[in-house]
Amino acid sequence: MILARVTGTVVSTQKNRKLEGAKLLLVQPLTLEDTPRGPELLAVDGVGAGVHEKVLIVLEGRAASDAIDRKAAPVDAAIVGIVDVVDLG
Amino acid sequence: MQLGRVVGTVVLNNRNAALEGVTLLLVQPLSSSRQSVGRVIVAADSVGAGPGEEVFFVRGREASFPFHPTEVPVDAGIVGIVDHWHVG
Repeated sequence: MILARVTGTVVSTQKNRKLEGAKLLLVQPLTLEDTPRGPELLAVDGVGAGVHEKVLIVLEGRAASDAIDRKAAPVDAAIVGIVDVVDLG
Repeated sequence: MQLGRVVGTVVLNNRNAALEGVTLLLVQPLSSSRQSVGRVIVAADSVGAGPGEEVFFVRGREASFPFHPTEVPVDAGIVGIVDHWHVG
């Protein structure tokens, strides 16, 4: 899993039927110092996250599909939590 | 998933039987500011996308799910055509 920041929303009418009704968000993966790391991704939202929030993302198909309660949905990333605190000790 | 733009098509002659009838498109991954990021990939299309369109695609085994029950040997697939996106 990775930490990321929600940066935007994506609207798609013509999409795979298993994605109907799913919320698609643009997310920017972060380093532990909160700086951008790598390209932006699209993730389906399983927790009601919003723009600017820091979130936890699963980057694996089966887990992502489970996160939105849809069996065999063609997704590879899902938001599974909104981050309160990251404590580096 | 990632945003991308369809930049071309690929036609196979001698191919895996499960790829029969599967449209393969060239996709340039994009940032949210429409800059190209990374290299162009070949993706299976299951939503009727065409050159010039902005799409989003999935990577990995899940790319074959739209073709279920056929087990198509692909690792990237276009799963939606993007109407628009909004940053911030």
